[in-house]
Amino acid sequence: MNRREFLATGGALVVSFSLRAQPKLPGSLAKAPLLDSWIRIGADGGITVLTGKVELGQGIKTALIQVAAEELAVEPGRIALVTADTARTPDEQYTAGSQSMQESGTAILHAAAEVRSRLVDLAAQRFALPPERLSVANGTIRAADGRTATYGELVTGELLHVRAQPPAARGNPGERAVMGKSLARVDIPAKLTGAPIYVQDLRLPGMLHARVVRPPSYGARLAALQTAAAEKMPGVLKIVRDGSYLAVVAEREYQAVSAMRALAAAARWSERPSLFQQENLYSELQRLPSRDSVLVESKSPTSGWTAEATYRRPYQMHGAIGPSCAVGLYRDGQLTVWTHSQGVYPLRGALAEMLGLAQERIRCIHMEGSGCYGHNGADDAGADAALIARALPGRPVRVHWMREDEHAWEPYGSAMVSSARARLESGRIADWHYEVWSGTHTSRPGPAGNLAPAWSLAKPFAPPPAQQIPQPAGGGDRNAIPLYRFANTRVVHHFLTSLPLRVSALRALGAYMNVFSIESFMDELAQAAQADPVEFRLRHLDDPRAREAVRLAAERFGWAGYRKTRGRGRGFAFARYKNLAAYTAIACEVEVERDTGRVRMLRAAAAIDSGEAVNPDGIRNQVEGGILQSLSWTLYEAVRFDRRRITSLDWASYPILRFPDAPERIDVSVISRPGAPFLGTGEAAQGPAAAALANAIADATGARLREIPFTARRVRQALAA
Amino acid sequence: MITLNVNGKPQAVDADPATPLLYVLTDHLQLNGAKYGCGLGQCGSCTVLLDGEPVFSCVVPISILQGRKITTLEGLGTPDNPGPVQRAFIAEQAAQCGFCIPGMIVRAQALLERNPSPTPQEIRSHMSPNLCRCGTHMRILRAVERAAREMKGAK
Repeated sequence: MNRREFLATGGALVVSFSLRAQPKLPGSLAKAPLLDSWIRIGADGGITVLTGKVELGQGIKTALIQVAAEELAVEPGRIALVTADTARTPDEQYTAGSQSMQESGTAILHAAAEVRSRLVDLAAQRFALPPERLSVANGTIRAADGRTATYGELVTGELLHVRAQPPAARGNPGERAVMGKSLARVDIPAKLTGAPIYVQDLRLPGMLHARVVRPPSYGARLAALQTAAAEKMPGVLKIVRDGSYLAVVAEREYQAVSAMRALAAAARWSERPSLFQQENLYSELQRLPSRDSVLVESKSPTSGWTAEATYRRPYQMHGAIGPSCAVGLYRDGQLTVWTHSQGVYPLRGALAEMLGLAQERIRCIHMEGSGCYGHNGADDAGADAALIARALPGRPVRVHWMREDEHAWEPYGSAMVSSARARLESGRIADWHYEVWSGTHTSRPGPAGNLAPAWSLAKPFAPPPAQQIPQPAGGGDRNAIPLYRFANTRVVHHFLTSLPLRVSALRALGAYMNVFSIESFMDELAQAAQADPVEFRLRHLDDPRAREAVRLAAERFGWAGYRKTRGRGRGFAFARYKNLAAYTAIACEVEVERDTGRVRMLRAAAAIDSGEAVNPDGIRNQVEGGILQSLSWTLYEAVRFDRRRITSLDWASYPILRFPDAPERIDVSVISRPGAPFLGTGEAAQGPAAAALANAIADATGARLREIPFTARRVRQALAA
Repeated sequence: MITLNVNGKPQAVDADPATPLLYVLTDHLQLNGAKYGCGLGQCGSCTVLLDGEPVFSCVVPISILQGRKITTLEGLGTPDNPGPVQRAFIAEQAAQCGFCIPGMIVRAQALLERNPSPTPQEIRSHMSPNLCRCGTHMRILRAVERAAREMKGAK
């Protein structure tokens, strides 16, 4: 039944319609089905599009505006986009998992298409013409005889306050005016000229500055504290203490920093050694209690393996360039928090639980922060702002983390171990056994116990039991099942139920490690089979979109005509993110200095298919960034710690990629499939980039690196072995 | 009171002389270009020009700045009228989250004022103190090259 039939036949059908199971609406429309949750049009024709997702630097604002502009048939510049705000936008949970286009993009696509069709129908009634006879351009509907009606004139009252209808199947989308074009990012000019964009830039009238005195280690308790000296410092207004939670508020920001240093010097903590000896990290990990699940079972034998290998990945940081920040205001029993959290609604719930305040009394408004790449200190800073603002009612309080706070307290990407074994038969993989050990990849709020500041309160909240993200997306087992077709496959996930270091979602979650492992091992097997690595992959790959991405990356790299020179080598890798999202293939060339062990990626060629491409340059930017970030993780990065404390507290003790080590060139080819579902892009490149790098090093030197990071020292050791 | 010359304007600032310039720029003068990244001179997101040379404003106390010329991102252009390096970064879409980019632009400005035709290697080495976490390096390098070309063309 379409809407016009309903209008023609009256209300009786509504009853029978609602008794039937309603078909699921696409994307986030399923959770927020009202059209005006997504799109509002004012009498002046002003168009507001609302999303529960947020800009993290991935360009989502621009892409969502393009989707809305396309389907509403208006210029993109006419659309004002509102991102996550618990008082205004739909609840789309987290901006995470490369899901914003699938969820919000799909919702806005369908909502906008329906809004336009309703407005055209209205105009058709007004003009007494069939809707097919009308044309739409930039928010104005025209009849052939010259009569016009604008969206602003047509929208009245509750017209858009209706449930979206299930869309007709998307056919050929035909000519696109805005989608598929590399529209310049709407947020870039303001960011590059110093406009106040980030929550770090927010200045409210009467705003105060706070700093938190963090415990020196997980679980440390404040044993003694002298506050007198700090209290007398210039500008200091209040020292906030709640159990072992300690913060200071001052008029000026640097006064708060100075007072925080003084307080830290005047605090004595009791600490216990609760961490592993770092040298024993991987053997200790595999001894931890685990919940094991067999993801794929096979009847294959348990001996006669062609190759066996173990891969390791340390704890790694998000490492935002700008430490976390939030502003809180507690006034008349209402709390407002400006935050760069990836999930304003879940954060609101967590703050309500922590403060014992009704959720309705809390509003969380997203403002951009420094890129986060997953769950970093953003939510914790929101909790700091809430706790401190509550202690100073009526004044806005800005709390900004110091560099060492972010390095020591952000939840890391879990350390992981994998082991792979396989047997070749006539040049093909006949048996494949793969096991992976990993901690959780999500400890986001929701629960107040996932906010680090809540651990220190007089009435502390304990972290809840570790949560597993189920297949098919998976957490530690994300991409643990190879997309390749083998005669027998066995895959086991050992979910470690508690880890000594705090961990949560870091871009690509377990897929980074699993794709690194699987794609490294594929090359080891290709070598055993004396096969070309690209051809060997194609031998085991059925999915035509996967094959196209692999072929395209190889072609753009010049795989077939590649000539190896001394000290250089090439590597290839492929994955379909989560086995259900974007297809990404990467080929790269590296240079290895044998004397120093220094590895440099010289160039890379990538091909990505993330369904219909809304903004090809945005996709290229994300893939380039994914490759470079993965290059940094894979060559340099491991969180250091001793038995008590995190010791990676700055960029000297946690080095990352710098310009001299950036490649000469990265070429990204975007395969667009107009009309196909959006698959998301942000996390697709991390795993393939790491494996392509390892494979290229092996090609260049003959040495196979299986433990991340490939530091110069490890490379020298591998070459000497 | 210390008087600072910021973007060509004298600014009287009432702050402890030990205060790092960065905090005065953001908190007292309400400028957003220089950003706190590490407070240790390790990441470059707070880069400003001091008499034309790039410095980490997070580690320079205001006590030594009397009479010296401070230029921040805001001194290079405005949202309505961006400067040549800003225009080149916009043209190359050289940003993801954008947080490090103001520091990149300011550091690139210093290079191009001194050396209008830097080689790619000179650009890499000059930009080395500044960190980018999103992996926008390729676009940043292209933007600096573009800025060099366009600034020369304009002369």
